[in-house]
Amino acid sequence: MSSIMPSLINSPTYFIIKMHEKAVIKELKRKALQIRKWVIESVYQAGSGHPGGSLSIADMMACLYFHEMRHNPKNPAWEDRDRLVLSKGHAAPALYAALALAGYFDVEELKNLRKIGHFLQGHPCMKKVPGVDMSTGSLGHGLGAGVGMALAAKLDKRDYRVFVILGDGEIQEGSIWEAANAASHYKLDNLIAILDRNKLQIDGPTEEIMHLEPIAWRWQAFGWEVVEIDGHDIEEILHTFHEIRHNEKPTLIIANTVKGKGVSFMEGTLSFHGKPPSEEQYVRAMSELEQAEGELND
Amino acid sequence: MIEARITEKRRNLRDAYSSALISLGEKNENVVVLDADLALSTKTKRFGTVFPERFFDMGIAEATMMDVAAGLATCGKIVFASTFAVFATGRSYDSIRQSIAYPELNVKIVATHSGISVGGDGASHQMLEDMALMRALPNMRVIAPADATEMEDVVFKIAEADGPFYVRIGREDAPIIFESHGHFEIGKGYEIRKGKDVAIIATGTMTAEALRAYDILEKRGIEAMLIHMPSIKPIDEKLIRKAAKETGAIITCEEHTIIGGLGDAVAMAMHDEPVPLYRIGVNDVFGESGGARELMEKYGLTAENIAEKAEKMVNRKK
Repeated sequence: MSSIMPSLINSPTYFIIKMHEKAVIKELKRKALQIRKWVIESVYQAGSGHPGGSLSIADMMACLYFHEMRHNPKNPAWEDRDRLVLSKGHAAPALYAALALAGYFDVEELKNLRKIGHFLQGHPCMKKVPGVDMSTGSLGHGLGAGVGMALAAKLDKRDYRVFVILGDGEIQEGSIWEAANAASHYKLDNLIAILDRNKLQIDGPTEEIMHLEPIAWRWQAFGWEVVEIDGHDIEEILHTFHEIRHNEKPTLIIANTVKGKGVSFMEGTLSFHGKPPSEEQYVRAMSELEQAEGELND
Repeated sequence: MIEARITEKRRNLRDAYSSALISLGEKNENVVVLDADLALSTKTKRFGTVFPERFFDMGIAEATMMDVAAGLATCGKIVFASTFAVFATGRSYDSIRQSIAYPELNVKIVATHSGISVGGDGASHQMLEDMALMRALPNMRVIAPADATEMEDVVFKIAEADGPFYVRIGREDAPIIFESHGHFEIGKGYEIRKGKDVAIIATGTMTAEALRAYDILEKRGIEAMLIHMPSIKPIDEKLIRKAAKETGAIITCEEHTIIGGLGDAVAMAMHDEPVPLYRIGVNDVFGESGGARELMEKYGLTAENIAEKAEKMVNRKK
């Protein structure tokens, strides 16, 4: 959020700003819970999909689509919109939930995820889904596409920004590093990558399968600004977005997250990477999320 | 019938490519060119010299070049991405599949140094399966022009047509076959010699060989129909069916493996009314180092071999 001059701290204006901040944060928490509920609902209805990595980015998605990004659901092709590339395309349920919540398409469509004849593909398809800026699914391509979009902004002297959401396991793909190198070479200060650092990939913990650390150091060595935050702390996410606005390099936000965040029995487990909840688990998950919604309203 | 003959003049298709690119760049500021550290060889550097702000060298990172091209295309750019055929297709296949073909983005992959005539660099650099790879991708159109005149027309035409293209050209200078511009249309083949005994369908560098084969056959009293097929996908099915019907025997000629390229496309086009089909191409082997001409001869990519096989087919018909 906005940085406050020290002299303002005891003033009535500061009090009003703080109240407003609190309201904004509460609303974004509500949006994130709605995204989580729809992730569970759509993956349950589909009978397949990736709940774990969708839940871990729900808070980030809420902050992006309902606070940070400049976009217009009534005009998905708006040339000056900020772009979002979900490079970890298997988290499509979270993207679709955010898009539906923003009004890009009817919420009822979420129940048709992965179903034949319906447009919500298992992984994002820009030709079929309004609001999807890039088709993804095979890991390692989204950052390169984001570089292309950011270059186009520079060419056209437009001030839109490009957000790319990367999985942590995904950065084992060599093409991510080719793109990271190109981004700093071409001084793409309008490119922001967000690393969903949930520390788990399909075969196990990332550091056991193929080590990624020291992540910050590696990206800094590739010419990026790096910030590390709690990817579930709405206030910290908003503050970070504000802080990085004037970075002169491409920025990586390492968002430390918990896979399956928000549903107790999915948190920190591998088993819900690519598996839907059973009926009983679905009921439990929804009731946990509804309880969290209730607590938010108290 | 369009005028086609082997003239004394030779011109490199890469030079034609860069001239056409510059001319496109002058007309349309949305034309952007990418290369992967081979800009001097593919000749895209000439575009980069005239329009430095619209030229991006991605370094030796071909796959990412394709992803970047896709990203630029989503923002309204007409993107030409060039490198050698072996890197443009093999190295970059997944990027092309996921980021260009699937979302049907406006990226024109123009690959140079295709085929065995790359010469001395050897099998690692002699791309012989690029048409097979690109043909197999939905939304991808595949073009192999025969000479510099046609190459210029191809560049202008694909720039006008929205969506992805793969254009393959060779390294060597090639004889000018078409002295005037303007015939090229996406999806069209050209009957450049009339005949009823056998139909020779050739693409890319092999059209010049096929023209020479026609002359050899003519001396032997064989009237070959000669078709130049620059557009491999979509392919001119109507013309292929006509050739099958009128001649009853077809030979395809391509500087490419016999698997998955022109030969397969022709076979598919006449699936319900097939006639005997012989494929001239590289016979499911890797190439080797050598002179361009020596290699074309060793692997049977010559007018003499086309004529020999054509004569056999005609005799078998009797």
